[in-house]
Amino acid sequence: MSRLNLNKNIIESCRKLAKDVLIDVQSYIDKHTTKTVERAQLRLLSIDGVNEFNVPLVNVIVDHITEQADLSKGVLHYLSYAVKEHALSPQQIAEKIVKKQIDLAKYEEKPKSPYLDLLIPYFNNILEKIDQMKKDRAAFIAKTAKKETPSKYVIVATGNIYEDIEQAVSAVRKGAEIIAVIRTTGQSLLDYVPYGPTTEGFGGTYATQANFKLMRKALDEVSKEVNRYVKLVNYASGLCMPEIVAMGAIERLDMMLNDSLYGIIFRDINMKRTFVDQYFSRVLSAYSDIIINTGEDNYLTTSDAFENAHTVLASQFINEQFAKNAGMKEELMGLGHAYEMNPELENSFLYELAQAEMAREIFPNAPLKYMPPTKHMTGDIFKGTVQNALFNIVSVTSKQSIHLLGMMTEAIHTPFMSDRALALDNAAYIERAFKDFGEEISYNPNGRIVKRAQFVLEEAHTLLTKIKEDGLFTALEQGIFANVSRSENGGKGLDGVYPKHADYQDFILTSLLKKMKEGDNE
Amino acid sequence: MSKKEFWIRPYGDTLNDGKVQLSFSLPVSHNAVGEETAKQFALKMGIHDPAVVHSAPLSEGFSFYIVYGTIEHQVDLNSVKIVEVESKAMSMDQCEEFLLENFREPIVFVGASTGTDAHTVGIDAIMNMKGYNGHYGLERYKGIKAINLGGQVDNEILLEKALEHNADVILISQTVTQKDVHIQNLTQFIELLEAENLRDRFIVIIGGARINHALAKELGYDAGFGSKKYAFDVASYAIQALKVKGIKQK
Repeated sequence: MSRLNLNKNIIESCRKLAKDVLIDVQSYIDKHTTKTVERAQLRLLSIDGVNEFNVPLVNVIVDHITEQADLSKGVLHYLSYAVKEHALSPQQIAEKIVKKQIDLAKYEEKPKSPYLDLLIPYFNNILEKIDQMKKDRAAFIAKTAKKETPSKYVIVATGNIYEDIEQAVSAVRKGAEIIAVIRTTGQSLLDYVPYGPTTEGFGGTYATQANFKLMRKALDEVSKEVNRYVKLVNYASGLCMPEIVAMGAIERLDMMLNDSLYGIIFRDINMKRTFVDQYFSRVLSAYSDIIINTGEDNYLTTSDAFENAHTVLASQFINEQFAKNAGMKEELMGLGHAYEMNPELENSFLYELAQAEMAREIFPNAPLKYMPPTKHMTGDIFKGTVQNALFNIVSVTSKQSIHLLGMMTEAIHTPFMSDRALALDNAAYIERAFKDFGEEISYNPNGRIVKRAQFVLEEAHTLLTKIKEDGLFTALEQGIFANVSRSENGGKGLDGVYPKHADYQDFILTSLLKKMKEGDNE
Repeated sequence: MSKKEFWIRPYGDTLNDGKVQLSFSLPVSHNAVGEETAKQFALKMGIHDPAVVHSAPLSEGFSFYIVYGTIEHQVDLNSVKIVEVESKAMSMDQCEEFLLENFREPIVFVGASTGTDAHTVGIDAIMNMKGYNGHYGLERYKGIKAINLGGQVDNEILLEKALEHNADVILISQTVTQKDVHIQNLTQFIELLEAENLRDRFIVIIGGARINHALAKELGYDAGFGSKKYAFDVASYAIQALKVKGIKQK
C-alpha cells in the first residue's frame, strides 16, 4: 500500500518516458565502441600486466591498433587472426606485441574474422573465475544473519592501500558492513588503469587490480572473524568504467559506483563516450551480481537540495532504465539520493523524510543508496553529529538499503579512525532505537510530507516529459542536471569513441547477455 | 609605546579557569596503560589535572580518548597579530553600485578548482548564480562576468582560458589538502604566471576551507579566503583592488 498516496499512473508514465528517452541513446550505444570497452574485452580474455614503462598491456594493444590500423573493427578481429596464425594465447600475443615481434596491422584488410571461436576458451576461463566469485559471495551472504535495517557503509581514503586495510578492518570490527575505497583524486580522467599495489594517492587510493585483491583478502578475513559478509566497493566511473568492472568482477567487488550521467556532468567526460562505456559496464556488473551505486546525490551538492529534488528523481528513472537496458535486475540497482538540505530551512527534516520515503516507494526492490549531509557540514563537529543523527533517523525510518555514514569531520579532513568509529556508534544507536519506527507511523494524507512527495514526483514527470521532447543529448546541453551544461561533442574522451565497422564482431557482450537470459529462464 | 598587555586563558565557566577539551586516538589497546598514556599527552601539552572522561577501543591496538583539563598557558591578546584582507566588505548591492560607478565595462572573473582537485563545492559557492547559504554567487552580480570552469582544471588550461576570456580576476579553489597537494599546485600556478610574465595582468585569489589570507600572501597570491567567506567578500576585495590598479576605469 502506498504510504504517501503517490499516483501510480504518474510513476508508470515516468518509467515510460525514461524508456522512450533512451531509445535513441541505446541505438547510438549499439553502433559504437570505445577504447576502454575494447581494453575491457582484452582483460576478459585474461590479458594482464604492464610493459617496461608501466603501461598496461591492454593499452599497448589498443594504442597499437589505433595508430597502425583501424580500431573500429574491434580488437577481437585482430586478436583472433593473430591467435590463429601464431597458435599462441592472447597473453602471449600481447607480450610479443610489446616486443614488436607481432604487428596486428597486417590483419586490417582481412575480411570479417572467421576465427572468433578461438578466443572463447580464454573468455570462458575468466567467466569461470567470475562465476566462482559469485558462488563464494552468495554462499557467505547466505550464512550472514539477515537484517532489515540499512547496511552501514563507510569509506577509507588514506592513499595507501595497506593503511586503508588497517582502517577498513577497524571499521568492520566497529560494525561497518560495506567498505568503499575512495579513489585518488584525478583517477577518473586517466585513460588507463594503474597497475600493482599502491601507497601514494591524494584524497584516496588508486583503483588497481592488486589493490582490489589485497582489500578483498583483508575483508574476507575480518568477515570470518565477525561472522558476516563485508562488501567491498570501488568506482567504475571515469574513462575506464568497463575495465574497472572487469577487474572488480574478477576480484569479487560487491558494489561499483556507476552512473550513466555523473561523468558527463561532474567530470566533463564526453556524453557519447560515457553512454557506451556505462552500457558495457552495466552488462558486466549485471552478470557478475555487482550492485551499482548511482550518483544523484552529487546534483544536490552543486545545486539546491530543496529546489532540485525532482532532478534526482528524474535521473533515478533514467539510471534505472539504462540499467534495465543492460539486463540488470532491480536488486542490483543502487539508485542514489541524499540528505543535503540546508539546516536553516524550516521543516527540512520533514522534506528529507518525504523524499526518502518517496524514493523507497517508487523503487521498492532497488537497494537505494542514501548519502549523508556534506554540503552544509561546517567544521562544527558537534552540530555535524546532530545533522548526521537526523540523517540516520530518516534512513532507518524509510528503510534505505545502502547507508553511507556521515562523518562529523566532513569538510575538515578525510576521516580519522575515530571519526569513523563515532559515526558507526551513532548509526548503530539510531538503528536500534528507531528499528521499527517506520512501521508504527503513517503520514497525514493532507500533510506536508505527503504533499512534498507528490509535488516532487509531479515535477520529475514534467522534467522527464521535457527531456523526452528535447532528447537526452540536448537536455544535457541545457544543464538540466546540477545546473551544469555539457555539449554533445565536448568533454574528454570523445576521441576514444569509434563507430563499429561493418566487420566489427563481438561475442563477449552478447554472450554475457545471453547467459543472463538463460539464467532467468532456469 | 607598546599596548598594554592583556593575558587570557580559555573559558569554562569562570574567567581564566583555562578549561579545554580534546579528543584523540592512540595506537594502543584500550586499557589502563592507554588511559594513563592519554593523560601523559595532556600533561605534556600543559594541561593540568587531565581527566579522561571517556575512552573506548577502536580496533585491535587502537583506542579513543576524550580529555578535559586546565591549560597552564596564557596568551597576551594584545600581542596577537593577524593577516587579513585589507579591504572593506561590501554587500552585493554595494558591489554592484561600486562596479557601476568605477568601471566602464564588466569585470571578468574566471574561476576553477584546479589540478587533480575534483571538488567544485567551493568555486560553485562563490561563482554560481545560486551562491551559498543565502549569498548569491558572482554570476548574479550586475557588472561582473563570471566564468566557472569547474573541477580538475590544469593550471595551464586555467591560464589559457583566463587569457581567452580577457579575465581581470582569477579565482582558484582548493579543497583537497591531503599531504599538502594544494601547496604544490598553487605554487605551480604562480610560477607559471611569472614564467609567462603575466603575474601583474590579473588579480589572483585563492579560496578553500583550509586556505587563509596569510597562506595566500606567502604563496604570492593577492588574497586568500577561507570558510565562512562568500561571493560578496571575494567581489569586494577584487573590485577595490582593480580600482587601485586602474583597470577598465571610467
